[in-house]
Amino acid sequence: MPEPAASAPLVSMQGISKSFPGVQALINVDFDLRPGEIHALMGGNGAGKSTLIKILTGVEKSDSGRILLEGSEVVVRSPKHAQALGISTVYQEINLCSNLTVAENILIGRQPTRFGAVDWKRMNREASGILLRVLGLDVDVTRTLGDYSVAIQQMVAIARALEIESAKVLILDEPTSSLSSHETEQLFEVMRRLRGRHVGIIFITHFIDQVYRVSDRVTIIRNGRLVGTFDTDSLPRMELVEKMIGRTITEFDEVSKAKASTGEQIGAQPVVTAKELGLSGELYPFDLTLYPGEVLGLAGLVGSGRTEAASLLYGLESPDSGSMEVGGKPVGKFSPFASIARGLVLTPEDRKAAGVVEHLSVRENIILALQVGQGWFRYLRRPQQTEIAERYVEILGIATPSLETPVKNLSGGNQQKVILARWLAMNPRVLILDEPTRGIDIGTKAEIQKLVLSLAEEGKACVFISSELEEVMRCSHRIAVMSERRKVAEYGGDVEEKVLMHTIAGGE
Amino acid sequence: MAGTDARHLWRKATESKLFFPLTLLGFILLIDSILVPGFFSFQARGWNLYGSLIDILRNASTIMLLAIGMTLVIATGGVDLSVGAVMAIAASVAALLMNPYVLAKELPPHLMRLINDPNFTFQPLWVVIGVTLLVALLCGLWNGMLVAYVRIQPMVATLILMIAGRGIAQLITNGVRIQIFYEPYAYIGQGWLVLPFSLYLVAITYALTWLLTRRTAIGMFIESVGINARASYFSGISEKRIKMLAYVICALCAGLAGLVASANVKTSDANNIGLTYELDAILAVVIGGTVLGAGGRFSLLGSLLGAIVMQAVTTSMYALGVPAFALQAIKGMAVIVVILLYSEQARSFLRNLGTKTEAGP
Repeated sequence: MPEPAASAPLVSMQGISKSFPGVQALINVDFDLRPGEIHALMGGNGAGKSTLIKILTGVEKSDSGRILLEGSEVVVRSPKHAQALGISTVYQEINLCSNLTVAENILIGRQPTRFGAVDWKRMNREASGILLRVLGLDVDVTRTLGDYSVAIQQMVAIARALEIESAKVLILDEPTSSLSSHETEQLFEVMRRLRGRHVGIIFITHFIDQVYRVSDRVTIIRNGRLVGTFDTDSLPRMELVEKMIGRTITEFDEVSKAKASTGEQIGAQPVVTAKELGLSGELYPFDLTLYPGEVLGLAGLVGSGRTEAASLLYGLESPDSGSMEVGGKPVGKFSPFASIARGLVLTPEDRKAAGVVEHLSVRENIILALQVGQGWFRYLRRPQQTEIAERYVEILGIATPSLETPVKNLSGGNQQKVILARWLAMNPRVLILDEPTRGIDIGTKAEIQKLVLSLAEEGKACVFISSELEEVMRCSHRIAVMSERRKVAEYGGDVEEKVLMHTIAGGE
Repeated sequence: MAGTDARHLWRKATESKLFFPLTLLGFILLIDSILVPGFFSFQARGWNLYGSLIDILRNASTIMLLAIGMTLVIATGGVDLSVGAVMAIAASVAALLMNPYVLAKELPPHLMRLINDPNFTFQPLWVVIGVTLLVALLCGLWNGMLVAYVRIQPMVATLILMIAGRGIAQLITNGVRIQIFYEPYAYIGQGWLVLPFSLYLVAITYALTWLLTRRTAIGMFIESVGINARASYFSGISEKRIKMLAYVICALCAGLAGLVASANVKTSDANNIGLTYELDAILAVVIGGTVLGAGGRFSLLGSLLGAIVMQAVTTSMYALGVPAFALQAIKGMAVIVVILLYSEQARSFLRNLGTKTEAGP
């Protein structure tokens, strides 16, 4: 492995801050990339990784801080400008034309011409030369790109970025998430090859394994702050996980107290029992038992199968193996509607896309599910709707100018509360909360955590999913750990943080 | 204080969905009143009222019917291009039911014997209307199935029936234009009861649709599906059934519009009945303030106003002597103006205009 030149960094981002309305996305973050290194960038959802990349590629403007490219300060005006500066990005979704040939994709816009017409022979020759030289890849460039696997397509994108845009900096944004293990290995091979050619590679991934397999250094961001940059070899796995999801501020003592006062359920009938529930390609079969009055934490990294487990339980997808019982009755039909009828509800991870109905008012959003239960024709009368909405706005402390305000005008935390209100109005038996506190300010976070515990105290069962380990530990009576799309372990609520992290990191 | 109130009122008015359709309508009528003498005059013959305004309303009735159904479809985030073709199908079915002997001549002899009486018909009227609406309902189920269950893009899915529908309408009458002599039927399109009879049909359809959507949860569910289908699904709303319902209502409205249109010309003209009406209906809905493509909040009353605006433009053009072939081009211009007027920039400009003028000393 060639030793990365310790001299001048290729890219140096200094003191980068960026805030969006209501959120401080990045706070004084430093980041540097050396030529000829693979630099992993890690952090949970909403940690600020993508904001940092967007600033480097000119999609967003930073509020403060500066970017040095090979020692001289630059202002990246747009993604196009970034390319001209030699900063190229290959995204998870490939933005090439799958109906054109490989050669066309590589050389589009600068096809060699002869007497004014495209010189196809030369174009194909040049394209295959580029692929071979840059990536060591031997493919038939006259076939359409869509004929090839996602991995090859991604490599074509890389070849184009490097050869045509002569990129010095290559950003790979979660390139492996749709690749098989063999294809991933192929991609790593290419990455190592490029390292030899002194390209600086920023590698964004959620997979810890891959960080250790391929990267030289790793930078960790959490809650918009830089945790640090480390040599990968000298950073133990455990420490990496700890830095990503570890302990933060301790403003939540009250929550812990609330948890202490809820007794463990002994001898009660479970409200949900899942046996060998699984869906091939999504999630390996898992067992789960949920008792009334308890909060079951679901810990694990992004992509570990937490959300998939939630969507199976809620019936967004039908499992192809195993069985499930809710309240002692076997579940036959898996659908959100059927789940709601059973008293099992879910607040989705993606609040915006799957939670709130933006243009409907706060009132309508709150009574929506209740009305679904009533059916099309037994319409709740307006005073009734207002009364219900008013009650939950007060109980949950939803800050809104009025009940008729479109919910899109509310802050993220209040939108989350509206979704909670929608379900609480139905008086459910089981609540699955997928990242209920993501992107929410600290105060509201604590409120929601307290609410979850008080719901358990009322006898409801909750499944609490979060990327923040500390939060899961604080709220849960039991904790199940997901990793690599399996449920790998289950602990009591008083499990040590270290043990949990060890399990999440996949052991050593 | 008065200034603040006026400003508040102006703000409320400009934010209202009906503000733009009403303004447009007022604008067009203003032009008419200047350019066309006697535009606002009414004549009474017996009990019945006649006049330019009434003509506009009467001619707008088919578009109004279409616009009512189209509003719901557009609110779910879709569009229905087949309404014109469904009108033609409805016209053909109705005409055939009233005068099946026309076709009997084309049938093989053993079938012809069944209908060998030239005066044989499927009258009375309610049978004709009932069967026709049933056929329209089938058209709606077909569209709804393609969009909601097969998950074809609404524009493509309804394009199928738009193209095939006229062929089907021709097939039903075997390519013959069937004359309609049944007077009770003609009354649907030509009758007058103080006001043109078709306007009562519009009023009843509007009232029923309003009750169905606003006095039940269906309206809210339609809006919810249109705004965010995924979130609606997560909340347990059956997006498929809601979409199905919207397309069925839309097709029923189109069927009714087909009855009115064919009764008006007393023939089943499969080639011309409802031709390009789908575009007028879509435009009417857009003018009425329901957003095409994005779906969501809808206003049935706005769509009715939009339909009247469309017809008022057409009628005024004729009154001004604009030749029929130039009309489409002028409608196109009108669309551009409308779209510009509806942009956020124009809206905020208007709002600020109000604030500035009222804020003065």
